[in-house]
Amino acid sequence: MTKGLLSLSLLALTASGALADEIRVLNWQGYGTDLGWSLEAFEAATGHSVVHEYFNSEQEMLTKMRTNPGAYDVVLINAAYTTQAYEEGLLAAIDTAAIGNYAGIPANFAEDPSLVHKGAVYGVPWTWGLTAIAINTQAFDEAPTSLEVLWDPAHKGRVSIRDDAEEAVHLGALATGQDINNIEDLDAVEAKLRELMPQLRTFWASENDWNQFMAAGELDVASYWSGSAARSAGMGLPVEFVVPKEGAIAWLDGLSIPETSEHKEAAAQFIDWMIDPEFYVKWDAEGAPASANADAAAALPDDAFNKRVLGDPEVVKLAKFRAPMDDATREKYLALWQSLKAAQ
Amino acid sequence: MAEVIHAQDRRRLLTLLGPAYLWLTLAVFLPLSAMLFFSFLSDMPGDAPDWGVTLGNYTQFLENPTYATLLWKSLKLGVTVTLFCIVIGYPCALVLAKSIKGRAREALFLMVILPFWSNSLVRIFSWAIVLRGNGVLERTLNWILPFDIRLNLMFTTEAVVIGLVHSYLPYVILTSYLALQAIDDDLIDAARSMGASKLTILNRLLLPLSLPGLLAGAVLVFVPVVGSFMEPRILGGRMGTYYGTVIEDQFVAVYNWPLGAALSFILLAVVLVILGAASPVLRRART
Repeated sequence: MTKGLLSLSLLALTASGALADEIRVLNWQGYGTDLGWSLEAFEAATGHSVVHEYFNSEQEMLTKMRTNPGAYDVVLINAAYTTQAYEEGLLAAIDTAAIGNYAGIPANFAEDPSLVHKGAVYGVPWTWGLTAIAINTQAFDEAPTSLEVLWDPAHKGRVSIRDDAEEAVHLGALATGQDINNIEDLDAVEAKLRELMPQLRTFWASENDWNQFMAAGELDVASYWSGSAARSAGMGLPVEFVVPKEGAIAWLDGLSIPETSEHKEAAAQFIDWMIDPEFYVKWDAEGAPASANADAAAALPDDAFNKRVLGDPEVVKLAKFRAPMDDATREKYLALWQSLKAAQ
Repeated sequence: MAEVIHAQDRRRLLTLLGPAYLWLTLAVFLPLSAMLFFSFLSDMPGDAPDWGVTLGNYTQFLENPTYATLLWKSLKLGVTVTLFCIVIGYPCALVLAKSIKGRAREALFLMVILPFWSNSLVRIFSWAIVLRGNGVLERTLNWILPFDIRLNLMFTTEAVVIGLVHSYLPYVILTSYLALQAIDDDLIDAARSMGASKLTILNRLLLPLSLPGLLAGAVLVFVPVVGSFMEPRILGGRMGTYYGTVIEDQFVAVYNWPLGAALSFILLAVVLVILGAASPVLRRART
């Protein structure tokens, strides 16, 4: 009898060992995957516990994947970097049949050439958003419609952009009417950015920075991310996100599974959880970027920023998605940006 | 017999100096030589399988005028901050060492050192709160003065200089204080009894005798200020791009460790050349 009980409990132990995995997620800190209430619910539903590790830049994320094989099960990768990770053999093909909510993702995201290689999916579209400008509503009677507001002498010394070479060059490309993924006249971009420099009060580096500058009344208008603008406005700051007529830089973040992951099934379950409409509606209440899952976006209340602004077809038309960038171009942009900053 | 003593001496020397050299090797030489090695690589070995040895990181400094511009800007910043530290710090040390005695001196000394014990990041953020628009400084001035005043100091080169001078002032005060302290008061009394004016005493007596301390303080300020990156980044805004911030970018933002290491060693070389050129002056001051 005791023997039977013992073997039964042993069986239970091994069974739970096979079912309950510890999933390791690599992401930016505070970016959706590490919400306490969601992880508790996920563990209650599937038995898998989730541990996080964070990165501070895309380069760091790639380095961590290369140097720690087997350490991660789910990695957040900006679609502009997914192709590079795929080509380095870092990613595993994802079995989308195991992800129930995948059907809700519209084709323009699901078939993104950065995420799909040789017919296999290497990244599940999770969130997207825009990089455009946000204004201090107290400094404007009427919201501007053009990116030229950054160059407006009336706001000299009260403008900010992020200290980031790619973002600066992309803004310059939009302002000079060029394709952000194929800039033909880089000199024009440089000249335009050189004009912008005296307008700037400072550079911002993080959302927290941005909020502090706005709260201190240092800025009238600054480049900003759509999701962050919704969060800042939700905190009570007088902030409004503006999608200028020249267009906005759009980004798409996907969730991928590293080739070396040892818990691929559990990882797929977690990805499914992350694109679940029910999770997204709760997350959006706390300030989330737009979901790439159309079902999730539709589930939002009508006054939600992500439905009201980013759900607007006119806005979607202005979104210019970032394509993958090769290292030579990236270095060229960096050199351009550094020389502009050094000339100050 | 003499040789035996010699060997004994050598053994004693070895056991006494050994720990110090071991520590230097572990804490200074090994990390520094690892960085020197990185500075000659084309890619970090962990990142790219096809890494190799190259001089490219050093030639980049010559090919791209941005780096030279920034180095020059940083050197100018170093000179400015050092001058301000001397102009403010030396008189402070003089008063501390020669005019104030007893309890008051201890209290003042503590006030000089106290900011030194606080974290530098905290100090710089405190300055950001003071200097920014509608910050502590502007409000106080507007409260005292009858007219409205806008300083707009935050995110300017001046703000960077203010923050750096405050951070590094204790070095000059402490080294000058020690040198001034060592000057016998009888010497000053003797000069005074011979009819020397206060200015003559300062110029002919105090300044030459305390010069080694003052110069040591100046070197201690100049070298780290040239490589500073945190203060310009927080207080300088768009003006805050310096040689140090570019090196920092290479390490934390673009992950080009080899280039960052090469730029650091170029900075080290330039600083050594400057100190070498100034060494005759330094040596004369010592004798």
